[in-house]
Amino acid sequence: MCATCGCGESEPVAHSHSQAQDANHHHPGGPVHDHAHEPRRISLEQDILAKNAEFAAGNRRLFADRGMLVLNLVSSPGSGKTTLLVQTAQALRDAFPVMVIGGDQQTARDAERIRAAGVPAVQINTGKGCHLDAHGVGHALDQSLLAEGGVLFIENVGNLVCPADFDLGEAAKVVILSVTEGEDKPLKYPNMFAASRLMLLNKIDLLPHVDFDVDRCVDYARRVNPDLQILRLSARSGEGMAAWLDWVRAGQRNELSQHIDRLEADLAAARARLIHGGGEIRRTII
Amino acid sequence: MHEFSLCEGIIDAVTTQTRQQGFSRVRRVWLEIGALANVELDALRFAFEVVRANTIAAAAELDIITLPGRAWCLNCAQAIAIGELYDPCPLCGGHQWRLTGGNEMRIKELEVE
Repeated sequence: MCATCGCGESEPVAHSHSQAQDANHHHPGGPVHDHAHEPRRISLEQDILAKNAEFAAGNRRLFADRGMLVLNLVSSPGSGKTTLLVQTAQALRDAFPVMVIGGDQQTARDAERIRAAGVPAVQINTGKGCHLDAHGVGHALDQSLLAEGGVLFIENVGNLVCPADFDLGEAAKVVILSVTEGEDKPLKYPNMFAASRLMLLNKIDLLPHVDFDVDRCVDYARRVNPDLQILRLSARSGEGMAAWLDWVRAGQRNELSQHIDRLEADLAAARARLIHGGGEIRRTII
Repeated sequence: MHEFSLCEGIIDAVTTQTRQQGFSRVRRVWLEIGALANVELDALRFAFEVVRANTIAAAAELDIITLPGRAWCLNCAQAIAIGELYDPCPLCGGHQWRLTGGNEMRIKELEVE
């Protein structure tokens, strides 16, 4: 038995397996045999979502190069994402560029609603797909969606399960839960609440009409994610919107100041190269 | 049903290996899936049977190794076992812990020929 690959040949002389492609090799003193038809094991240790992670990193570089804040908005269908986005876009579009990508299985209705609010919006139809992925978002990123110091909202497919796993290159996931849903959703769909940085509790104008225990919901959400920030608002009445808009503005300023830091570091490095290079030129002239 | 997307990722990774490692058939795929990962194992097995068709892994069997949920409790400064993402620390009853294992979704190994 060959001790290296267990290929079944009686083999007293060590032979090299360094070339993985070397499927058909000759053992010294033995017959040529074909490894291509014999079982062998290959260790991979590779993340199933590795490819999505690569595309997400590419998107993240595009955003970082422009100092953009990108938020991935996730929720059940009907939580009020599009209404929230329309109100948010109208409130912020004069301060900095606001762009939206909308993900739905079918129709461009959401993008049309958001464009009517005066900001660029691109719809991605996932067809049968239940989530956006980084590759699809990368393809949607035309110039209208990339602006220096801007904020891009990615409205994911209404689904509290699948989008939790797919990094799109965003700075943060924002999960939206409305008070017309069950207060125990953070426990029922824990992966999404664990993956999010901020939870928006929407439609609070309807609280007098529904049996929704806000404190209990907050408790459930913090069990899953003790660091989760939580804001209560109504996109329809405007109550609580100011805190959400401030949160977005703070994020935008943070991305922009990091962008400035990177640019200043690049500038300093370029200056250092110029001075260093200039010194050499002078020496050459002398 | 993002299990279909996950299986497409698995088949894609396996097919890439075909070119690099020179094999003609995949007999078995070992996955490591954390107990707290956002994956339904029955759906994953079903999706794998659909997605593997007409690929190099058309007859491949799927072996799923489940990895336990583990965390580090910040209050207790100790490693703890976690069964669900909303579980309290079994020692102090708090939720201030950080997951250290149990959300893996990895292709561990292939058997090929």
